[in-house]
Amino acid sequence: MLEVRIARSVGSLQLDVDLSVSSGTVLVAGPNGAGKTTLLHLILGVSRPDAGRILLDGRPLFDGRVDVPAERRRLGYVPQDSALFPHLDVLGNVAFGLGHLPRAERRDRAGAWLTKLGVSDLARRRIAALSGGERQRVALARALAREPRALLLDEPFASLDPTSRRELRASVRGWLADWRLPALIVSHDPADASVADRIAVMERGRIVQQGTAEQLRAAPVSDFVAGFAARQAT
Amino acid sequence: MRSRAWDAVQLASIGLLVSFLLLPVASLGLTLSWDELVTGLRHPLLLPAVRLSLTTSASSLTLVVVLGSLVAWWIARHAGRVSRLIESVTQLPAVIPPAVAGVGLLLAFGRRGLFGAFLERHGIALPFTTPAVVLAETFVSAPFFIQAAIAAFRRVDENLIAVARTLGASPFRTFLRVAVPLSAPGLVAGAAMSWARSLGEFGATLLFAGNLTGRTQTLPLAVYTAMESDLRAARALALVMVAASFGLLLVLRRVSSEGRDA
Repeated sequence: MLEVRIARSVGSLQLDVDLSVSSGTVLVAGPNGAGKTTLLHLILGVSRPDAGRILLDGRPLFDGRVDVPAERRRLGYVPQDSALFPHLDVLGNVAFGLGHLPRAERRDRAGAWLTKLGVSDLARRRIAALSGGERQRVALARALAREPRALLLDEPFASLDPTSRRELRASVRGWLADWRLPALIVSHDPADASVADRIAVMERGRIVQQGTAEQLRAAPVSDFVAGFAARQAT
Repeated sequence: MRSRAWDAVQLASIGLLVSFLLLPVASLGLTLSWDELVTGLRHPLLLPAVRLSLTTSASSLTLVVVLGSLVAWWIARHAGRVSRLIESVTQLPAVIPPAVAGVGLLLAFGRRGLFGAFLERHGIALPFTTPAVVLAETFVSAPFFIQAAIAAFRRVDENLIAVARTLGASPFRTFLRVAVPLSAPGLVAGAAMSWARSLGEFGATLLFAGNLTGRTQTLPLAVYTAMESDLRAARALALVMVAASFGLLLVLRRVSSEGRDA
């Protein structure tokens, strides 16, 4: 379980978030500039909150005194543009986080994750030669190969064409259900709510409403929530 | 200005400047016969100067690349006054005349210098030694590498750095496995520029390290010395330097075009 209660001031944005994710998937929705990506970076440990605490399975990742470095938080992360390392091939990307394993085991585990995500035939392919959907699958395999304790995805379907987006959404929904991994998906696309168990809407640095799609639709607290819920229904 | 006149002005500028830049370099080769070149290449100053230039410039390049990469990475990753100040300090040697740099090095590391007196008490005397040549070359060439490295590191996608960290890479491993390979074309180009500057260094070396054959006499100093006694040797030495510089230029162009294609 991932529990987040943090505050951070970034320029004009005052981020103040209280959010918890158990074994299901939470979609953090919100307009551009709401602080969604900043929130992910704070949870990941690549930037530091001003105050608050982040707990993973009851243990603090950050609480003012403790600040576990990003490389030891065991959080899987897939950024918006997949951020694959262009100087490595597909297998090299997935094996990047497995430096602690012997070479053969590293290759086997990376290969196994590529197979699980349906892209084993791409192992020796250069990153520049991949389609958008393939890139996202490889980025997911890379994040999952380290066996993270929670998964954070930033607009994972935004850069895909409509067909790939539908396919990958269905695959991710299935995988997340199988793996029972706490997952936080940041998105501004209402259609992505189909992947999540719960939606948390973020505006101007704060979570303004949380609930299922139906709950949001029934009693929206803001115009954005109302619009998001209405578009999610269509 | 009308388009035809504008074309004429541009063509004239190209003709004038390219001729001016090419003429002295071409003269070195064109005014020297094969026999004169062979005799010049056998001159006793040549071999020690080539050897010293190669070893000192390789040493200064190593220092500049190792320390400069770390400094450039820090500057590229930090915004703010301190970072800008450090960046300005690293660029200072590029705007200081080499002779002034030599005087500065002497006043800092000379026997009675600010830091030199301390070194002297510990039995270390730098001026007029081979390490002094390395220091002078490092001083004048560092800005070329650091500036190129900062620019290359700033182009590295922030997301790649964040992802590497979440994949278990420490900041140092992220630097080594992600930032350095992705910035390689810029780093190599900067290193080549820095090496070229080091190889051609004259003024600071002369004032801080002197002109002692085999110890502090690098190729440019050997050219200067040979000019006083044997013009053929001076021209042969100069041709060796032109060949080395031209080789560097080719490497530079190759690397930067590979960087563009990547």
